[in-house]
Amino acid sequence: MPQVTLTVNGKTSTVDVEGRTLLVELLREKLRLTGTHVGCDTSQCGACVVHVDGESVKACTILALQANGSQVTTIEGLAKPDGTLHPMQEAFREYHALQCGFCTPGMVMSAIDLVQKHPDGMSEKEIREGLEGNLCRCTGYHNIVKAIAAAQEVMHGRAQSLAPAAE
Amino acid sequence: MNVVTPFEGIGASVKRKEDLRFLSGRGQYTDDINRPGQTYAAILRSPHAHARITSIDTAAAAAMPGVVAIFTGADMPDLGGIPCGWQIHNKDGTPMAEPMHPVLAVGKVRFVGDAVAAVIAETRAQAKDAAEAIQVEYEVLPAVATLEAALAPGASLVHDDVAGNVCYDWHIGDRTVNEAAFAKAAKVIEFELVNNRLVPNAMEPRAAIGDYDPTTEDYTLYTTSQNPHVIRLLMGAFVLHLPEHKLRVVAPDVGGGFGSKIFHYAEEAIVTWAAGRVKRPVKWTAERTESFITDAHGRDHVTKARLAMDADGKFLALHVQTLANMGAYLSTFATSVPTYLYATLLSGVYATPTVYAEVKAVFTNTVPVDAYRGAGRPEATFLLERLVDVAAAETGMDRVEIRRRNFIPADAFPYQTPVALQYDSGDYQATLDQALEAAGWAGFEARRAEAKARGRLRGIGISTYVEACGIAPSAVVGSLGARAGLYEVGTIRVHPTGSVTVLTGTHSHGQGHETTFAQLVTDRLGVPLAQVDVVHGDTAKIPFGMGTYGSRSLAVGGSAMVKAMDKIVAKAKRIAAHLMEASVEDVEFDRGTFRVAGTDKTKSWAEIALTAYVPHNYPIEELEPGLDETAFYDPRNFTYPGGCHICEVEIEPETGITTVVNFTAVDDVGRVINPMIVEGQVQGGVAQGIGQALLESCVYDSEGQLVSASFMDYQMPRANDLPMVSVATHTTLCTHNPLGVKGCGEVGAIGSPPAVINAVVDALKEYGVRHIEMPATAAKIWGIINASRPAMAAE
Repeated sequence: MPQVTLTVNGKTSTVDVEGRTLLVELLREKLRLTGTHVGCDTSQCGACVVHVDGESVKACTILALQANGSQVTTIEGLAKPDGTLHPMQEAFREYHALQCGFCTPGMVMSAIDLVQKHPDGMSEKEIREGLEGNLCRCTGYHNIVKAIAAAQEVMHGRAQSLAPAAE
Repeated sequence: MNVVTPFEGIGASVKRKEDLRFLSGRGQYTDDINRPGQTYAAILRSPHAHARITSIDTAAAAAMPGVVAIFTGADMPDLGGIPCGWQIHNKDGTPMAEPMHPVLAVGKVRFVGDAVAAVIAETRAQAKDAAEAIQVEYEVLPAVATLEAALAPGASLVHDDVAGNVCYDWHIGDRTVNEAAFAKAAKVIEFELVNNRLVPNAMEPRAAIGDYDPTTEDYTLYTTSQNPHVIRLLMGAFVLHLPEHKLRVVAPDVGGGFGSKIFHYAEEAIVTWAAGRVKRPVKWTAERTESFITDAHGRDHVTKARLAMDADGKFLALHVQTLANMGAYLSTFATSVPTYLYATLLSGVYATPTVYAEVKAVFTNTVPVDAYRGAGRPEATFLLERLVDVAAAETGMDRVEIRRRNFIPADAFPYQTPVALQYDSGDYQATLDQALEAAGWAGFEARRAEAKARGRLRGIGISTYVEACGIAPSAVVGSLGARAGLYEVGTIRVHPTGSVTVLTGTHSHGQGHETTFAQLVTDRLGVPLAQVDVVHGDTAKIPFGMGTYGSRSLAVGGSAMVKAMDKIVAKAKRIAAHLMEASVEDVEFDRGTFRVAGTDKTKSWAEIALTAYVPHNYPIEELEPGLDETAFYDPRNFTYPGGCHICEVEIEPETGITTVVNFTAVDDVGRVINPMIVEGQVQGGVAQGIGQALLESCVYDSEGQLVSASFMDYQMPRANDLPMVSVATHTTLCTHNPLGVKGCGEVGAIGSPPAVINAVVDALKEYGVRHIEMPATAAKIWGIINASRPAMAAE
């Protein structure tokens, strides 16, 4: 059985996989990192988005073997070791951008990559277009868009702290 | 104990307690759970909509690597069928047709996706591989995929013993009175419409794990359910014949439900039963396409309606005839949706003196259809609010004025409708006024003209609605055919140091109960929010419960908590009276402090809690130790949220693409516990309503193949399809529950679809459009515009 060696959330593992094993299966079933979810089988929903070498990737669309030698970050690896949340996680909580929580890990990972790729900031329309690969059935995206708009200010250093949601 | 600031109690937009675990990847959804020695199930499903199974050969599959066992319907002769929870009676008083729904198909398959065999293997992939190796021979039979096909003379029968494919032919209202009113009408509006079939598509696919302990003969089912106690009852009593004390059902974190996870599904029974057979845990997780072809679908009505009006535009009578698709088998609540959750709402917000509705439920070779967010009330609201707009257009009345003229007035509550319900409270003029103001209704024509100058067709639409939720009074629903009571259960467990655990029979799968229910405790008992935890979703922990659906959790489950807190406070006052050597009648309690009235003698919440568990100085002769109370609450009536939704759209005539440019919702959901969460619920509901109106379409071909069975084919609303949604509330309190709450989970999906379609029709009014069926896709709208283009060009 082939082996894959990769570093997930800073920890290097070597795992036996089948050739057909998907990265998301490796994360969920071999490494028991179940924060990354599977919501479809056709790369449509984005619940499985993780970062591979800094880029957002749908982990259901890449074989585990393709991630050999990669640095992978999942939702479990976002907060600092002392528990301080990433500004995007904090923004999702502040703006009530999650309800059932199932799409949330993929949504947060996609949103972070989206913000990083737009250093000049995004308008509401650009955020909505940028979320094309992620489905949410609960929120209607209203608060997700607001959360990302607020988080980008902190991530780009234009704000010291997250703007509080209006009451 | 500190006195709690009011900001954590009722009315505060406190942040959600559940968010940290979801944002950190530490949620525990069913597929995240792994049991020692676990095996995996794959279900072989029928590729045909209707066929006789002539043979099943599992020999080759059984020899494949990793296969532990293979089961077919023939292996389960002692199991019961999957039951239906609501018995409807025909017009002639006879009961509905209720054909057997076997866990695994026996003899025949009746829809694409019907379960034929279950493979249990060491890995998920091995189970899938072996399922593909099972040889099934089918004799394909003609399929009926639509209501029209199923009702055609000589149509193929889904169930051999159900004549004409009719499950029931039911009615409500007084036909004679109704006909007499039509005879006096100055104007009768006739109208037909379809309520499109939808797939709920919670983001978490359904999953189930069966576990069995041979030493105790205890079974555990982990499942993606909105109501674990109901699943225990249905599966234990009717399907597997397991007594409750030997069956534990756990519904852990659940990734959205929207109704589709209320029902008892075959896979739950398969994994539980199979775990007992193979003596190992068995896990099954749906793939998305498997969800599309097995999760209960929603809506799917075809309706003809007639509205009688007098010369002043007052409604005199409504007659409705609806065909409702049940799919191939009766799902848990399927039969109640087009009857008691739909036809009873056909008075709507209007003082129509007589309503008569006839509903025919029909079997087809499609996935079972059951409750989806709103369940019957969106169908009623869509019919009424389209019909009223058509009536306005055809009598030359203003769309707002015709509604005002026919509203049930605010001083007429409680209001008895002609279709069984008694609305307790509401103020439809007020929600209308507030919405008109918020949406800038008066300034719309200027915006239309501005859009026209840009080459865009702009339209505005309105929907005024009421719904019935907070289900339900047990005696009432029992008299209507429900086979269960619909009360709710709450336990308030005060710990020795004064912190609180709430056990609730409802289930949270996105609604935020862990926060709002804790707010109820904070508000009443004065315990800080951080010291209150809410536990749900486990029959081993929670005394009982009927679960979460029909926007019932707060109205019924929250009220049970209030009753339990009343008992806690009453007992705590007796303890406080003893400690302060006062008469219990003189002890006052307010948010954490017990006081002898008119004195400065006080005891804190924590002191009383500790005394209850360390009863050294205690009235032990008359009072048990401990501070832990359970209450069952059975509501006296449904609750009746209502409101007004206004949608504004722009259509690009060259493409037919519709953009929702403004959406305003003003809802009366009763008392609001957490405004942030209420807004989120309404925004999400509106998104699903806009999805139904513009995008979502569940399509079967004539052979019964579901051709929209993936997210590539079924258009779910994405971020760029939706606007920001302006949400406000206007409160009239529910008069019959202790919190005054009505419910907010479904109003968004109920009120919005007709507002959207009314706006689209308004935008297209120069094309003479009377109605456009949902979803009003770009192709459909482009077709309308394009068909009239040569004529316009010739002018």
